[in-house]
Amino acid sequence: MKRRTILAGAVAALALTTGAFADGHAKTKVGFIFVGPVGDGGWTYEHNQGRLAVEAEFGDKVETIFQESVPEGADAERVITQMALSGADLIFTTSFGYMDPTNAVAAKFPNVKFEHATGYKRADNVSTYSARFYEGRAVQGHIAGKMTKTNKVGYIASFPIPEVIRGINAAYIHAKKVNPDVEFSVVWAYTWFDPAKEADAATALIEQGADVILQHTDSTAPQAAAQKAGNVITFGQASDMSEYAPMPRVSSIIDNWAPYYIERVKAVMDGTWESTDTWDGIGPGMVGIGEISDAVPADVKAEALALKDSLADGSYHPFTGPLKKQDGSDWLAEGETADDGTLAGMNFYLEGITGDIPN
Amino acid sequence: MDLSAISPTLLLASLMVAATPILLAALGELVVEKSGVLNLGVEGMMITGAICGFAIAVETGSPVFGFIAAAVGGAILSLIFGLLTQYLLSNQVATGLALTLFGLGLSSLLGQGYVGIRPPAVEKLDFGPLADIPFIGRVLFTHDLMVYLTLALCVGTWAVLKFTRAGLILRAVGENHDAAHALGYKVVKVRLLAIMFGGACAGLGGAYLSLIRVPQWTEGMTAGAGWIALAIVVFASWRPLRVLLGAYLFGGVTVLQLNLQAAGLAIPVEYLSMSPYLITIAVLVIMSAPRKGGKARASLAAPACLGRAFHASH
Repeated sequence: MKRRTILAGAVAALALTTGAFADGHAKTKVGFIFVGPVGDGGWTYEHNQGRLAVEAEFGDKVETIFQESVPEGADAERVITQMALSGADLIFTTSFGYMDPTNAVAAKFPNVKFEHATGYKRADNVSTYSARFYEGRAVQGHIAGKMTKTNKVGYIASFPIPEVIRGINAAYIHAKKVNPDVEFSVVWAYTWFDPAKEADAATALIEQGADVILQHTDSTAPQAAAQKAGNVITFGQASDMSEYAPMPRVSSIIDNWAPYYIERVKAVMDGTWESTDTWDGIGPGMVGIGEISDAVPADVKAEALALKDSLADGSYHPFTGPLKKQDGSDWLAEGETADDGTLAGMNFYLEGITGDIPN
Repeated sequence: MDLSAISPTLLLASLMVAATPILLAALGELVVEKSGVLNLGVEGMMITGAICGFAIAVETGSPVFGFIAAAVGGAILSLIFGLLTQYLLSNQVATGLALTLFGLGLSSLLGQGYVGIRPPAVEKLDFGPLADIPFIGRVLFTHDLMVYLTLALCVGTWAVLKFTRAGLILRAVGENHDAAHALGYKVVKVRLLAIMFGGACAGLGGAYLSLIRVPQWTEGMTAGAGWIALAIVVFASWRPLRVLLGAYLFGGVTVLQLNLQAAGLAIPVEYLSMSPYLITIAVLVIMSAPRKGGKARASLAAPACLGRAFHASH
């Protein structure tokens, strides 16, 4: 066979496959773009659990595909395009940095539905969804403030984006509330997943006297570093990380995406899918608090659980005034609670946190 | 900012740990370059060693087997480089770069099933009362065996190169391979052995990262450590004990960078992150600046046959 004939054959085959996908195929194809490996034990692991739950729920009616460790930026656009071309009906892009690539690809594929996690840019075929992790951070801050003996809490932050800054603020004010002497040291790792860097950052914080490590990065490396150091407590991030319980991991924030993913896939199947903005917290179950281990005294555990319950039923908002910004200017008056708009774009520290947010 | 929060004792202690992987890799590369071969594949060999060591340590449950496997893995990979450059006379620079790229790809393939797994723990050595000596005890006597083996290797390399017949042959091959050949030494054999030693050392350095320092496996986890090792060899003007100094300097900057950030230093983190590399460039410039006599300093110490192919005509 001549080369040209082969090429022509390949083009014809391609046309056939895409044609088949276009005219209402039986299976709904759902794609997932992951920022880390599915075995990271944190963020991506939980998104993958959501994917598996979709498969379990719909069985033969659904086909899921995923691509892991996709870098944020130009590469992401290529990968998302590829996934849209392969006939996906619904694509979940599961990291903040995929926001612009997702919207760029969505503009080119009006018939494909997109769901972008933790972002704020929407279109007719792009929804956004996120969890109110800061509610979980409030519970962590409470436990951290009670548990620290050195009054120094280390915080491994990823990127200076509103989601991360919200977490730092929420943890800080709740630690401060129960322990006025508490100080936060924040290290910006500029990565979501880099065990070597995360371990180094945790070690540096511990060496400077921090005996509580909070992390907003996805690997279990800081847990390992804390375990090595001994008398340091940590919290599981995004996933339970219970293999490090009861010490150093004393509790965790667990992301539970499964119900949302199932609901959205169902909407696509039923043809009722619409562009929405979902932001759920502890109440609806999108954010879970992992079991508080025995390393935490019973009274602190009870307080933390009470705090969790008040967050769940909506009787308490983590950002309730009076609160001031870092520069001393007023933010929330007595009894006032933060509105979602401000929270979604939060780019300032609250009063008492030292250091600057990098640009 | 509260600089008093940075404890010099702990800083020095973690500096020794942070410097160990690059020290191992740099020592290996030093021996390779002393034999007249320039292998730019250090990064690739390191990361291959990291995954070989990690995988075997996880499968067998023994870090010791892991380190042995890492050394073997690094040496095998370097052997590819050796065969290509010594027998097929390929360009050393291009082959070395290819080796790095190949190693990075190979390691992520091998590592597919090992992401997120915990390796068996490596115990720290117990020096008993020695560790309780103020300052010195914490800095020197609280590490794992590999730190001390690496220091021993450093001194050993120095002694072998300086005092033994084998070291003299190695240097002769590196300085003038034609003369060494004329004297009856097997240039290619000596170089192959040196290359394999370099590969084994780089592999050990990688495994130190994946088994002790982090300890976890991720793609690309060496993150440029191999390139720093290459720079250190030049920085040290091909002397083993200066390699030790260079490795501690680079390890120190890395550790200090994070500590300064944790202490709340007000300068942007990006400057701190790039500082080790800026220092590399500065040192290379200073080292190679011409002396009064006109000869570049670095060229005075570089093995004369570095990077040149050898082909015996008979």
